[in-house]
Amino acid sequence: MFAMDDTRPIFLQIAERIEDDIINGNLPEEAQIPSANQFAALYRINPATAAKGVSLLAEEGILYKKRGIGMFVKSGARERLREKRKEKFYSQYVAPAIREARKLGITADELAAMIRKGAEGE
Amino acid sequence: MSAAVSVKGLTKRFGGFTAVDRVSFALQENRIYGLLGRNGAGKTTLMHLLTAQLFPTDGEIRVFGEEPYENSRVLSRICFVKESQKYPDNFRVADVLAAAGYFHENWDREYAMELAEQFRLPLKRRIKKLSRGLFSAVGVVVGLASRAPLTIFDEPYAGMDAVARNLFYKLLMEDFVAHPRTILLSTHLIDEASALLEHVLLIDRGRLLLDEEADAVRGRAYAVAGMASKVREFAAGRRVIHWDAFGALASASIIGSLDEETKAAAAALGLEAAPVSLQQLIVHLTGEKSE
Repeated sequence: MFAMDDTRPIFLQIAERIEDDIINGNLPEEAQIPSANQFAALYRINPATAAKGVSLLAEEGILYKKRGIGMFVKSGARERLREKRKEKFYSQYVAPAIREARKLGITADELAAMIRKGAEGE
Repeated sequence: MSAAVSVKGLTKRFGGFTAVDRVSFALQENRIYGLLGRNGAGKTTLMHLLTAQLFPTDGEIRVFGEEPYENSRVLSRICFVKESQKYPDNFRVADVLAAAGYFHENWDREYAMELAEQFRLPLKRRIKKLSRGLFSAVGVVVGLASRAPLTIFDEPYAGMDAVARNLFYKLLMEDFVAHPRTILLSTHLIDEASALLEHVLLIDRGRLLLDEEADAVRGRAYAVAGMASKVREFAAGRRVIHWDAFGALASASIIGSLDEETKAAAAALGLEAAPVSLQQLIVHLTGEKSE
């Protein structure tokens, strides 16, 4: 099952899953997203909580509502989400790597070399 | 939004023992509430008061705007699934389901039969002869198929295995979405059930400790662990709700958000930091206090 993490608000996790699906193309722009009730049944979460996650993205202009039909992915959403994620990339991924490297005595040059090797290897 | 239930200053004393102590809250219509707390905290007494099976010592109860005691108009809209429901001695599963149909005006017989099949309930077997898990399943079927505007589950899944419990969560969510109603679920299995809850009520020793949106409680606390002296240094000036010490090592649970700044502060002292789950937080809030 797609278990929720009980250490963070579930509405944020729902919003992040929708964001992920937009970024990786599972939910293309102008596609309709599942209803809060469908999210509730699929993830076994409270529908009000799911609805809160969806409306968070609507407030941020990632989704928009077609009256009587449902919520859709706004065009340009994918690019905007990429930008948003890039801004967080340093604090979420780079900073912890630096902390761990420092703990292990890995120098900045060694870390940079590792990253270059990994990134170019793919 | 109107309230399905509202209580003010509700108190129940048994002799010198206060089981429910000046509790006030409201349950809004068509939401799912969790009633959490340790054994003996007063959860079952509270549910008995709401369903008029006990008379309050003091305070006020309104269910659908009315006093529930000896009020058939209100009571016909409530389904209360008890942990240890009593049935007449000779009743079979089918008799229980038939009887439930008389008591609940929204009873869906077809749905009840479908549920019975999903839980593999032997309709012709006497209730007395059921295993604990199947006995619990009977209550769950009654609770779901009654579609009562106020449905109260008191630890509905004693003895149920993980498969049956998951089936319950799934069915509850599906049926709630199709037929919204007010649900109050008391449970010990917070980790399993918390995602279903919109709102949590936590009681401890008869007092209401929390009355909040479940999502607002998630991520409210974090824990740091490492050398006791460093943990103590980190914890100074922060709100510690739980402290564990193991020789030179210690861990502290702290109210606050585990943001980047906090993570960095912990890392600078060589401490591990991790968020605290809803279940752990509740354990800390209702556990014995140390240090």
